[in-house]
Amino acid sequence: MNRDDFPMLNQDIIYFDNGATTFKPQSVINAITDYYENYSANAHRGDYDISYKVDLAYENVREEVRDFINAKNKEEIIFTSGTTMSLNMVADSFFKKYLEAGDEVLITKTEHASNVLPWFNLANEIGIKVNYIDLDSDYHVTIDNVLKAITPKTKVISLAYITNVIGDIRPIKEICKIAHERNIFVIIDAAQAIAHKKIDVQDLDVDFLAFSAHKMYGPTGVGVLYGKKELLDEANCYMLGGGMNESFDSEKEILLKSLPYKFEAGTQNIAGVIGLGAAIKYISNIGLDNINIYEMKLRNYLVEKLEKYSYIDIINYEADSAIVSFNVDKIFSQDIAYYLNKYKVCVRAGNHCAKLVKNVTGVTNSVRISLSFYNTEEEIDEVVSLLSDYEKIRNEMI
Amino acid sequence: MNDELKKEIILEHYSHPSNYEKIIDDSYVKINTNNESCIDNLNFYIKIEDNIIKDIKFEGEACAISMASSSIATDNLIGKTINDAINYINDFDNMINQKPYNEENLNEACAFCDIYKQNNRKNCAFLPYKGLKKYLEEYNK
Repeated sequence: MNRDDFPMLNQDIIYFDNGATTFKPQSVINAITDYYENYSANAHRGDYDISYKVDLAYENVREEVRDFINAKNKEEIIFTSGTTMSLNMVADSFFKKYLEAGDEVLITKTEHASNVLPWFNLANEIGIKVNYIDLDSDYHVTIDNVLKAITPKTKVISLAYITNVIGDIRPIKEICKIAHERNIFVIIDAAQAIAHKKIDVQDLDVDFLAFSAHKMYGPTGVGVLYGKKELLDEANCYMLGGGMNESFDSEKEILLKSLPYKFEAGTQNIAGVIGLGAAIKYISNIGLDNINIYEMKLRNYLVEKLEKYSYIDIINYEADSAIVSFNVDKIFSQDIAYYLNKYKVCVRAGNHCAKLVKNVTGVTNSVRISLSFYNTEEEIDEVVSLLSDYEKIRNEMI
Repeated sequence: MNDELKKEIILEHYSHPSNYEKIIDDSYVKINTNNESCIDNLNFYIKIEDNIIKDIKFEGEACAISMASSSIATDNLIGKTINDAINYINDFDNMINQKPYNEENLNEACAFCDIYKQNNRKNCAFLPYKGLKKYLEEYNK
């Protein structure tokens, strides 16, 4: 679908690493270029025309993000550098203040490093405990297992909506319901979900949600932290500097701006935010439902083809997202990636920054194909054909 | 060395690596080598007596290039003095970075002489030497 929109697809490559980052449509590139060429001023200096135009564009995107994830208030949308910064902000600005030694945070062993290490850090700094929700035989989270993992000391459940190796979709709405009945906060890492699934933060009732623009056809270096207003109001600021303070006279007299500006210190990634706005428009025009239906069709097509080969072991046979992780018998995943690269096929090999996954799957490394709506069945045919000859792989992998 | 022979050497060492063994013995020092891509994870076990490398073993998981290079490294380094070992590693480093090097010194390791053509695999070929070189240089001080 829509391949002509993407300049990168003019190159003779097959790009199957969309979980790492997606290509950018011309409309996103144009929006960023337009800012740099035609109104490249700083924001919040509205005394002259082009700066006023920047303010309008920047704040319009905040409204577009609000609408895209159906947040209640625009003030609940904080621009960050990406999911990683957003998750670190949640841990550092809110939970470091809120949690006490002995309090428990629940995650799973299939989380990305960005949803593990900030909690490990709090464990070391203030003595919280990080516990794990057990996964079922498909490495999925079940409500039963969430209930089993909750103790009277559980204060936080922090999960990826869709995980980046297994690609399972978590039952977030139900988890929020049972969590809130027990005064537990829920944080969602939506990095892998945002371009594949409609997210409604009010319907889900999540407390915080994080995502990056570059995994949703937008630019790198920009992302969003959503938080419920009353929680963000309570949180400490993450960075201090220009744009986030109202006034200061001495160390005792620092007055911060209100939401969302208290979290946006320094000159922001204005071009990035404008690019994010263009990406949201682009995705919305195609429709997330259409994207999801097409990508699942592609995934099923790929899985059906791959499973015919006895030497290919699919790790996440059951998953409702566009990620397929697999290994080829007795060949290191990185060698598969190098082999496919010789034929201009881009896939990811390794542990995918989810270094606890090996403890549940028993697999330390894998090859990951993560699909987008611009991929095609023909591309899958080509890659499967490259993988269909075991001897060829072994001969050409070095 | 022609391309076919280079490939044969690499695949043979990958399929049947020399000195591939996990060692639990206090007379060996363990050196872990992680690639920057954080995929590879190899342990080397080295035993030095009278300034000579008496033994090296290794185990772990890594790509074919790293495994083969490690296997050849152990074959070549065992029996060398610390200084000769450091010189050998420098020669290997020079070879993969297209600088002048002593070919005789490297024997089977010359199978990697074209690795500069695949820039992203240079790290893989050098993987066994990263930790070993640091250790040997420290040992010499």
